[in-house]
Amino acid sequence: MSTPTIHIRNLCKTYIVTEREAGVVAALQSLVRRHTEQVIAVDGLTFDVAPGEIIGFLGPNGAGKTTTLKMLSGLLHPTAGEVTVLGHVPWRREKTFLRQITLVMGQRNQLVWDIPAIDSYELNRAIYRIPAQDYRRTLDELTDLLELGPLLRKPVRNLSLGERMKCEIAAALLHRPQVLFLDEPTIGLDVTMQRRIRTFIAEYNRRYGATVLLTSHYMADVEALCRRVIVIHHGKLLFDGELAGLVQSFSAHKTITVQLGDCETDLWSYGDVVTCEDGYVTLRVPKSETARVTERLLADLPIIDLTVEDPPIEEVIEQVFAQEAV
Amino acid sequence: MRDLLEVYVQQFKTTLATQVQYRAALVIWLIGHILDPVIYLVVWDTVARSSGGRVGTFSTGDFGAYFILLMLVNHATFTWIMYEYDYRIRHGDLSFALLRPIHPIHADIADNVSFKLITLMFMLPIAAGLAIVFRATLPLIPWALAAFVPALLLAFIVRFLVEWTLAMVAFWTTRVSAINQMYYVAALFLSGQVAPLSLMPFPIQVVATLLPFRWIIGFPVELLLGRLTPGEVLMGFAAQGVWLAIGLALLKIVWRASVRQYSAVGS
Repeated sequence: MSTPTIHIRNLCKTYIVTEREAGVVAALQSLVRRHTEQVIAVDGLTFDVAPGEIIGFLGPNGAGKTTTLKMLSGLLHPTAGEVTVLGHVPWRREKTFLRQITLVMGQRNQLVWDIPAIDSYELNRAIYRIPAQDYRRTLDELTDLLELGPLLRKPVRNLSLGERMKCEIAAALLHRPQVLFLDEPTIGLDVTMQRRIRTFIAEYNRRYGATVLLTSHYMADVEALCRRVIVIHHGKLLFDGELAGLVQSFSAHKTITVQLGDCETDLWSYGDVVTCEDGYVTLRVPKSETARVTERLLADLPIIDLTVEDPPIEEVIEQVFAQEAV
Repeated sequence: MRDLLEVYVQQFKTTLATQVQYRAALVIWLIGHILDPVIYLVVWDTVARSSGGRVGTFSTGDFGAYFILLMLVNHATFTWIMYEYDYRIRHGDLSFALLRPIHPIHADIADNVSFKLITLMFMLPIAAGLAIVFRATLPLIPWALAAFVPALLLAFIVRFLVEWTLAMVAFWTTRVSAINQMYYVAALFLSGQVAPLSLMPFPIQVVATLLPFRWIIGFPVELLLGRLTPGEVLMGFAAQGVWLAIGLALLKIVWRASVRQYSAVGS
């Protein structure tokens, strides 16, 4: 493996948060005495990311994904551990480092609300010291890839959520960063817009060889973009490997879909019936039983067609999230 | 330096574009800025008239010149950063500022100067109109005029540094409105906004000399009105220099601690 773009060893982050019971009395008491508690957001993460990789960074809400991305982009100081991104220690926020990275947070905006996006882009051009020719070329490319043409000259506040997100992504990429931290970039967007953003991320990665660390709750994003996924839960690493391996490791079931002439036949003796529609019955069976059940189905019933698949990735992820850290 | 100038030019364009979007808000802001000194002017003008045309060394025309100049100096030096910082921290806007390869203070300075340049176009004719209405008597002393320019510039820089540093308290308390209020009241009394400091009791004058408020508002006004001797002007510049050094040092220390605090706690 070449020198990793992102290098993390035993990364930890602990927050101190105040807590109190509900009600006015507890509120008044908290004026005098505050009860604080340590919350471990990230607990000993270790992984490397090679140049040009797109990593799906997964975990349930509160798993520590955003905290990790903030530490990697230099916004948060780790409590313990070692991090380098492009050879820089992020929290030092050196200018050469900041010029090579970007952080897109799907629920937060950097564009000035009241003016057209193109004005904010001009400001970014000055801040990142982008030469005029490079700026024009990058903006043209981004306009083309993201279909921004009609949007750039409208005040940002008049754009739809999806349009705004596209403009936000373009603003974050004008300086052609080598490392992209994308925190839920498709949140709240419709299916078409999600697909467009996915295609764009893949194209940006291909064109510039950029390294991407992506968090998303939409498995379609992860399936389309990431060969490798890192799953964290309660701040700990649960899985680091290929997406297919995640299914192999965590799914104890397979899905068998059979086409029958009707839905009358009771198949519960073969496995759990998940759906039964238009002559197609979907069964969930333990992985170890798959071959035996398939053989029985073919022998016992007038099957027109039969397919064996891994369960949908959403289902696998759900199972992973339901587990405790290992 | 050229790159920084480019940032300032772009920030000016951004602020201009933003401000013209909200013309009504701009007018309301301006009215607020004008009303405040005009109220004090009317009060002191009335007091002077009922006391035979003078209060201390101030005639009605002197009060007119004092409060109109004070309005302009206050407008040139005021900042709104203390009202914005807690919002920035709570809403995560500061994260974007920290991700940029430039100190966030530059965007604030550029934004502030841009707003002033835009609004000065309206303030100057209004000030001229008020000077006629209140028959302000402005003595034009060439050396005082020449000294006024650096005094105003220093006043702006010192006020910006002090208020930007105070706004950093938001990193620890998240809400800074209580501190804003305290600061505003202190500034009102000790900078000469309610009354010329020379009309205040001696102990207040001493306190005002020791704190930065006089040097960021009252001093340039008194200087331009020819109410200070060259020795007093030099002392004023020295005081501004001391506060500049204190402001710069504090800003550096507090900013570093603030970012450390922010990066420890997050938003």
